[in-house]
Amino acid sequence: MKKYIDTGKKDTRSGFGAGLLEAGKADPRVVALTADLKGSLKMDAFAEAFPDRFIQCGIAEANMVGVAAGLAITGKIPFAGSFAEFITGRVYDQIRQEVAYGMTNVKLASSHAGITLGEDGATHQTMEDIALMRALPGMVVLAPCDYNQTKAATIAAAKYDGPVYLRFGRPSVPNFTPEDRPFEIGKAWVMNEGTDVSLIATGHLVWEALQAAEALEAEGISAEVINISTIKPLNEEAVLASALKTKAVVVAEEHGPAGGLGELVAGVLACKAPTPMAMVNGGDRFGQTGTPKELMAAYGLDAAHIAEAAKKLLHK
Amino acid sequence: MKTLEELNQIAAQVRRDIVRMVSMAKSGHPGGSMSSADFLTALYGSVMQHDPATWTRDGKDQDVFILSAGHLTPVYYSILARMGYIPVEELATFRKFGTRLQGHPSVRRGLPGITQASGSLGQGLSAAAGIALGKRLDGDPHFTYVLCGDGESEEGQIWEAALFAAHHGLDNLIAMTDWNHQQIDGNVDNVAGQGDLEAKWKAFGWNTLVADGHDMAAILKAFADAQALRGSGKPVMILFNTDMGHGVDFMAGTHKWHGKAPSEEQCADAMTQIPETLGDF
Repeated sequence: MKKYIDTGKKDTRSGFGAGLLEAGKADPRVVALTADLKGSLKMDAFAEAFPDRFIQCGIAEANMVGVAAGLAITGKIPFAGSFAEFITGRVYDQIRQEVAYGMTNVKLASSHAGITLGEDGATHQTMEDIALMRALPGMVVLAPCDYNQTKAATIAAAKYDGPVYLRFGRPSVPNFTPEDRPFEIGKAWVMNEGTDVSLIATGHLVWEALQAAEALEAEGISAEVINISTIKPLNEEAVLASALKTKAVVVAEEHGPAGGLGELVAGVLACKAPTPMAMVNGGDRFGQTGTPKELMAAYGLDAAHIAEAAKKLLHK
Repeated sequence: MKTLEELNQIAAQVRRDIVRMVSMAKSGHPGGSMSSADFLTALYGSVMQHDPATWTRDGKDQDVFILSAGHLTPVYYSILARMGYIPVEELATFRKFGTRLQGHPSVRRGLPGITQASGSLGQGLSAAAGIALGKRLDGDPHFTYVLCGDGESEEGQIWEAALFAAHHGLDNLIAMTDWNHQQIDGNVDNVAGQGDLEAKWKAFGWNTLVADGHDMAAILKAFADAQALRGSGKPVMILFNTDMGHGVDFMAGTHKWHGKAPSEEQCADAMTQIPETLGDF
């Protein structure tokens, strides 16, 4: 199978910070807002380079979303950043009215997504954000897989005219995609071709899926791995083509079962090409304190669980 | 620049429009529309620098108005029509299926003059602050105006925005409160006592003015005073003392007409109380 090398673990939020700086250099309309989380969102370099275009909002996320919408109305390209829970669930109605229904060119920068932010525990660990953002008409939902892809996705989001939800995380995870690969919104990426089962993953679980594919290969199972870094709009053709080929689909995501990538893929396949499926997700439960590695294992999200789900699906 | 007499005539016609629109639609919000009709007429008639012919959503080279209390569409649409943004006869489509005149303002219907969607309360002040900040970044000297309700000011986000605008010194932002002391469930003081609203805005670091919202001369003076505070490094809040339902005796001074449509008979009664100055739609 195609080999991907981890060139050194990096946090995807730093990929966002690097992409934001580059987007800011390329386009003076790019501005950045945060609700007292400049450091956590890795906005320091942008704030230093463009002090007038960095807007500190204090711990007031609802107002931040509205201010971002107002800035967008005047032609700016605002990136409003906070932790995933606080830039979705806490401000869902503000996003709905000011950004989605209001059709403003706001980019919601969502760090610390999922349970792997770790020790802060359940109040800070959202496993519902993809569902919330997917539900909004016209919202583009991006979940890149590593540092390099997060940087590229941030640059692509700045160039895209319309609301974008950009999801990334806190912990250091393998960085394995090419540094110079441009990000295409709406395009799935078949990272490994296979014939027995499709492993469809998003975010840093793409790396776990690649590890699972290697393990499966050792057992004589040929796994296709698809990186869904644009959850909405979903590249349905890529999903259908793979499902029709392998006739078995496993979807893996660091999210709850309700409204995530798994249900999205299941909905497409149920209507257009019913296919046996398995879901790898965190389950219908809240998170808890722990290290990212402990939590990945406890919530069944790591490569071992993905491989296990595939084998069970194939009755092997 | 219109004379006081001209502004009062427009305001009277706007009140007729409000009552007729809501009555014909059999739904809508006349009470707050009537209480804010005078100062919004002054704003669009004599205060704001704006041009319906060259208006764009981004507010470039014009003053911007945001209606945070989005349910006040009857007064908003009537003023947009009377100022030349939309045909006056379009007011008859208010709240009807397929209309550009949605129950609450929409930016999705190509309606000139609507800068942002509103309806879910407490959000417009934040958007207005963002627009004011954007104008400052662009070196655009125009003002951003925003109207909030006093009931709406029970939303926490209003006070988040109040802190933000003061912290960032947005003295190109002029906010108004339609201080009519009524909300859906009754008198504001009985529903969620707000105490001294004037002292609260001052304490949040705003220039705070209080004016009679039904006296055209006082309204114009308040706006002139607000504009003169440019350079103070603080945003301005004008609290307009008003009566809910002002202009029609059976609607005045009560919360009961917040979101209720007059019957045909009640509408006819109201029409005897407000002069037709510019021709009904």
